[in-house]
Amino acid sequence: MSTVITVPPSLDDSTFEQVLEQYSHVVDHEKLLIDARHTRWASPYGLTALLALGATRTEAPAGFAGPEIDDTSSYWQRAGFYRYAEELFELHGSVPRGRQGASDSNVLLEITPVEKSDDVHAVVERIQAKSQSILVHELNLDPQATMRFAMTLSEVCQNIVEHAGARGWVAVQTYRWRQRLLGRRVVVIAVCDAGIGFRKSLETAQGRKLSDRWDDAMALEDAVIRGVSRFRDPGRGQGLAGVRRYVGKWDGKLSVRSGTARIAIVPTWDEDVPLTENLPHFPGAQVQITIPERAEAR
Amino acid sequence: MIQHMEVGAVVLRTLCGLYSNLVTRPTGQAVRGAIEARLADRATPSLTILDFSEVRLLDFSCADEVVGKLLLQHSRNRSEAYFLVRGADDHHLEAIEQVLGRYDLATVVLDSDGSARILGVVDDDARRAWHLVQFHGRAAADELLLELGGSRERLVAQLDDLTARRLLVRSDDDYIALNMLM
Repeated sequence: MSTVITVPPSLDDSTFEQVLEQYSHVVDHEKLLIDARHTRWASPYGLTALLALGATRTEAPAGFAGPEIDDTSSYWQRAGFYRYAEELFELHGSVPRGRQGASDSNVLLEITPVEKSDDVHAVVERIQAKSQSILVHELNLDPQATMRFAMTLSEVCQNIVEHAGARGWVAVQTYRWRQRLLGRRVVVIAVCDAGIGFRKSLETAQGRKLSDRWDDAMALEDAVIRGVSRFRDPGRGQGLAGVRRYVGKWDGKLSVRSGTARIAIVPTWDEDVPLTENLPHFPGAQVQITIPERAEAR
Repeated sequence: MIQHMEVGAVVLRTLCGLYSNLVTRPTGQAVRGAIEARLADRATPSLTILDFSEVRLLDFSCADEVVGKLLLQHSRNRSEAYFLVRGADDHHLEAIEQVLGRYDLATVVLDSDGSARILGVVDDDARRAWHLVQFHGRAAADELLLELGGSRERLVAQLDDLTARRLLVRSDDDYIALNMLM
């Protein structure tokens, strides 16, 4: 008898919490099926977070039933999801055919594993080649934005290499956001891992005194807002500070979930809250950056 | 002694042509190691030009390892090594400036039109004094005082501090702009 976790029809950073709410009641040795048969759409965050969830199953891999709708499943295949899902889940049903990375202009970077520094170099090389025309011509960002975008991507991927202690995944996609922003285009970066997370990473800092209130939320505030790192070197912690600055410049949104908390740098076009606590526990760190099309240039 | 160092070329040489993008800390550490190795057998005082014109991308972590820690090390050692940055794009400079801010450091940047400016942490009065030396190329404190006014003692302290931070060179009573040494 398996416990079934139902994946919502539309899977993004918000609805993934429904998956985690269900997952929080599952024990590691329990048989588990992730049921995404009725899922019609997934954001890069949804796909990479699903892989991170699969990576948490150390005792026995979870089963996974993918979307039944052909368009959706073939999109997941092209985005690279099944390539890594095959390693992490026991796949149920047929795995869609099709080539990963086949021409899909909306996928700026198909799902790519990040574990070591060389992976970050590969990500940066690939994103530069594809992002220029989309960032400049479709999102109306200035031509220099391509470099800043690659810097942003590099820094969030390096968080995995430097702090996670486990493999993570990155994906970048562009789409038209119908629910918000009056249907403007957005480019979304998602970087998810199931490693040790921010709180444990900061706890490994030598000589660090932990306050009574020390928890996942405080760890996120330290790392994301105050640029604190587990390393005593004052040069550390600059990556996320730089990312925050660029995201602010682009009127974008940055959200970081780790453990039981989630922190967000919220632009005026979004109604999210800056800090959410007492979420279902999920290991590692899950980062999402949303950069909208520049409205005034439309 | 002037040393012209293309940072991109150092990357290619040290990392076997793998990266034209300066990203990640290990890459930055390798590049800084190569720069330090080249500097090790140089007579001092020396001027090293860090040329970023062949560097496509420089992220914050790599800027910290290549520029931040290089300048910090030489600042701590009070070595007679002077550095100039040139060939840097806006995004290179944004990363370098953020890094310099963390360490309370500054460096001299040569823009594409040949003009020089300070990047990093220097207060406004010291910056004015630096610009005046830059304008003249070489000047003594008394000459500068005629234009800047104020207390001589304070001006000399500012100029000596700029020299200690390797943003000017002092030769007897004269303060010299770094790009005059090229």
